[in-house]
Amino acid sequence: MHIMSIPSALIWAVWLLPLGAFALISPLIRPFPGKAEPASFISIGAVGISFALSLWILASVLQAPDRQIILHGADWLSISGGPVFNFGLLIDPLSAVMLSVVTSVSLMVQVYSRAYMHSDPSYLRYFALISLFTAAMLGLIVSSNLLSTFAFWELVGLSSYLLIGFWFHRPSAVAAAKKAFLVTRIGDVGFLAALLVLYTKTGTLDITALNSPGVLSAISGGVLTWAALGLFLGAMGKSGQFPLHVWLPDAMEGPTPVSALIHAATMVAAGVFLVARMYPLFQAAPHALTVVAIVGAFSAVFAATMGLVMKDIKRVLAYSTISQLGLMMLGIATGGVWVGIFYLFNHAFFKSLLFLGAGSVNHATGTFDLREMGGLRKKIPWTFAFFVLAAVSLSGIWPLAGFFSKEGVLAAALDKQPVLFGFALLTTFLTAFYIFRVVFLVFFGDYRGSHGPHESSRIMLVPMGLLAVPAVASGWLNANGGFEHFLGDGATHGFWSGFIGALAHPLALFSLLAALLGVFSAYTLYIKRWISPDKVKWFLRSPYAIFTRKYGMDELYENIIARNALYRGVFQAADWTDRVVIGGASAGIASLTTGAGRVLRRFQTGQIQLYAVAAVLGMTAIVLIALVRG
Amino acid sequence: MNLDLLRPEICMALTALAAVGADLLFKRKAIVTAVCLAGIAAATGLTFSIMGNAPQIIANRLFSLDDYAIFFKFLFLGLAFIVIVASVDYVNRMKDFHGEFHALLITATLGAMLTASATDIISILLSVELTAISFYALVGFLKNGKTAESSIKYVLLGAINSAVLLYGFSMLFGFTGSTVLSGMERATAAIPSGGAAGGAGLLFGLMLVIAGFGFKIAAVPFHMWAPDVYEGAPTPVTLYLSTASKIAGFAVLTRILVTPFMQPVALARNWGIILAGIAALTMTTGNLLAIPQVNIKRLLSYSSIAQSGYMLVAVAALGMSSSNFLQARSSLLYFILAFAFAELAVFTAIVVMSRNKPADLISDYAGLARRSPLLGVAMTLGLLSLMGLPPLAGFMGKFYVFTQAAQHGLLWLVIIAVVNSVVSAYYYLRIIKTIWTDEPASEEPVSSSLGPRFALAFACLGIAVLGVAPAIITRFSEFGSHMFMP
Repeated sequence: MHIMSIPSALIWAVWLLPLGAFALISPLIRPFPGKAEPASFISIGAVGISFALSLWILASVLQAPDRQIILHGADWLSISGGPVFNFGLLIDPLSAVMLSVVTSVSLMVQVYSRAYMHSDPSYLRYFALISLFTAAMLGLIVSSNLLSTFAFWELVGLSSYLLIGFWFHRPSAVAAAKKAFLVTRIGDVGFLAALLVLYTKTGTLDITALNSPGVLSAISGGVLTWAALGLFLGAMGKSGQFPLHVWLPDAMEGPTPVSALIHAATMVAAGVFLVARMYPLFQAAPHALTVVAIVGAFSAVFAATMGLVMKDIKRVLAYSTISQLGLMMLGIATGGVWVGIFYLFNHAFFKSLLFLGAGSVNHATGTFDLREMGGLRKKIPWTFAFFVLAAVSLSGIWPLAGFFSKEGVLAAALDKQPVLFGFALLTTFLTAFYIFRVVFLVFFGDYRGSHGPHESSRIMLVPMGLLAVPAVASGWLNANGGFEHFLGDGATHGFWSGFIGALAHPLALFSLLAALLGVFSAYTLYIKRWISPDKVKWFLRSPYAIFTRKYGMDELYENIIARNALYRGVFQAADWTDRVVIGGASAGIASLTTGAGRVLRRFQTGQIQLYAVAAVLGMTAIVLIALVRG
Repeated sequence: MNLDLLRPEICMALTALAAVGADLLFKRKAIVTAVCLAGIAAATGLTFSIMGNAPQIIANRLFSLDDYAIFFKFLFLGLAFIVIVASVDYVNRMKDFHGEFHALLITATLGAMLTASATDIISILLSVELTAISFYALVGFLKNGKTAESSIKYVLLGAINSAVLLYGFSMLFGFTGSTVLSGMERATAAIPSGGAAGGAGLLFGLMLVIAGFGFKIAAVPFHMWAPDVYEGAPTPVTLYLSTASKIAGFAVLTRILVTPFMQPVALARNWGIILAGIAALTMTTGNLLAIPQVNIKRLLSYSSIAQSGYMLVAVAALGMSSSNFLQARSSLLYFILAFAFAELAVFTAIVVMSRNKPADLISDYAGLARRSPLLGVAMTLGLLSLMGLPPLAGFMGKFYVFTQAAQHGLLWLVIIAVVNSVVSAYYYLRIIKTIWTDEPASEEPVSSSLGPRFALAFACLGIAVLGVAPAIITRFSEFGSHMFMP
């Protein structure tokens, strides 16, 4: 079957359409803040068309020679004899897959939001921001130049900031938004420094050029490693990898559909995408790739342990996201682009479904607290069905999607980093345990809340049902090796031999065993209560305390580093010098020189001699340094 | 004596006189404003008329007319125009001095324009002093305790600064035997590249000159006047001080250093590395001290100090660049433009807010976006641009400057600068949060006349264009990077 190749104008339209929707809706925010339903259709229509175009792009890439479509855009910044930054689009299997993930999840989330945000007084602002985010995220995926990638990278960060703080009358939401923005910007220091290093060494930031062997071999190994680590620091910030993970759980203060779209499926995956995008560069810097694998594997276990004990359903899912992103990093570092991106692809669907399910549960019960739920499977059967499917998929149980991608990561890790394979296997067990803990606490047992639970409206259930399809089946795309063939260069084989044959692999038995053990442990504890969870809690009280306190990381950052070291230390010291040393000394001088003192006291300009003295001393120091050096 | 090439400056001098005259003759103060705006427009037209010719010498090498000078003349004229337009409401607070205020603003601009083309240490000193003396008076204009205090501080420290500068100039003259920059260049060219002859003396003189201009651009440790003066001065003056005065300082410092002291290479590297150290100190101090501030003008003065640090990165890169310096100079000019637009957006909003009574605390801006969306958006854009968020002007400026510095071996400085811009996000974000999410003390809308609204819209446009389509503006900054010294 031959499909007409997509015209280039329509490729541009993929990200410009949501941007247009943002431009159309945002002027309407003030005149019609709340009820202006038609505006949401602008936003949904734009992303709907983008989704259709993404599928067309995917089909076109399959047929394109070299599987690449490169569009040269305008010269964004060009200086004669200096840098030229072309703002163009790079469409290859990687960006085509990412486009379809982002547009499809965004479409489903926006439809769902029509009902979820129905009574919100800032309905329009919500859709404007979601459109802005979608446009920036799509721009990030398709840009052919790392400089414009960085610009979009910051724009998704900004829209994430605005959406986390969407309910800005809550101080906790404002604090979370600020934390997210600042912590990810720490990572961005690495990204920007890497850009400057790469540009200085190669004279280009064009992604295709940077990834070419000729350019890479021109850079010395040490510099390349630092550049790759800088890029990875940026990726760690965005993808919430240890130790920059602290913002992601707090980001759950945003509306739940936003968590589904931005903080589960798309933006947080941008870090994984960046590593995949620059994979040839990382390959040329094997030490950096090892760091990626270690950080990923560690984050996977580290976050999963905290997911075990959280009492808020969204926080469990947030730690799960960090953990899963860690597995993606491990997958890319050990198995190559397709392993990590295949995981990203499947994860986007089942994790956003889990979040939308959590939103639906919240709609029914009015809370996110697991202690006030229970027995909901009868009350909200559709939500229950979708949530369980996604949970099984997340646990990596055959034949659902999660199984196939997890196999890829486990096999690659076993092959390259056997120790880290142990981490991944442990994560599999923990994942199944914490997600089924949630399932059992929410949907089984007796209802412990006071709200009268009711099933959500069809507008919310239909997108969930549509997401359930890929949550179950997206993994089958690689049963015949098709996905691997598309992104990497593996050979394809028969569908059924892959689908069933995957089970015959001894590794599959291990991972299934780990997952089922996790489910069974949760079953023992929360359904049968053969062992009381409280007893386990008491028995394991010290790890339990560590997990619930999040390893003290928040404490470390907020109290020790931010409040004590920086605020009380550096800023207060600077302030103290300003007031006490300079103020005190100048008062002394003023009282010595009575004549001047009287004038100066009237104007309260006691500091002025000190300003002059400081400047003269500084000048003397500079002159001395200069002369000693020269 | 081809004085007709100083047409724009002559026009500005006449405008200053006309402003005082109009103030005497007419009761309606709007006429004074109109006279000034017309004068600036005429001077801009005259600048167009002398543009595009081959570089020329004016008045026996006291001045030169090159693309670099023309770039800054346009910039200062534009800034003066916008500042006057932006403060049409605010000036009602100084009813009795309407004519003087405008006339002094025009003479300050005149001084800055002359500074940009001065090529002799005598003319440099005179032009710099013309600007400075105009500002001494402007800073004290509200005639209350606070502005008087600021003014006195500024005068006293300015006097020390002039002495230092003069001392430095005399050293340079002593070691090169010339007052003209081109003469100095011939003298440095004669120094054998390996030898240290004259090196120490010249370096000493240069350091004094750098210290002297360090006052103007508020570089650490010569910055201490800035927070007090910025806080105390009438807000339109603060706006003009933080842009025109600082930019004039950079314009002339860069002209003195490049190219007369680009040789011997060891000398250039020496002042380059010293400036790199000052740059690191300046941005770090500025950003750290901005964090605990509660007064918005003080906070912005520290922010402006930090921005000077970034500009100094470009000047340091010039010193390290040995011969290929056009790009580094163009990056400085680009950054200056981006900085000017951002300062215009932020300070114009403050001018509007304080048109009746002072609005100096950050908390005075609570819920501003609700009270006036234009002010809220403009201030936010300006702050985000200063923070360096892509795709706004400030990011492109920083990126351009940082790539130049990295290319000339100052990667360590670039890393410090990048870390600094993350630190700065903290306090910029705090203001933005106040503007958008805090509860305002009163819901009363902020009214403003057409002038400030025009200024705000213009600044926002500039921030967006410089960020999204920098290619248009780099032509202008590249044009300006061509310098000619007779």
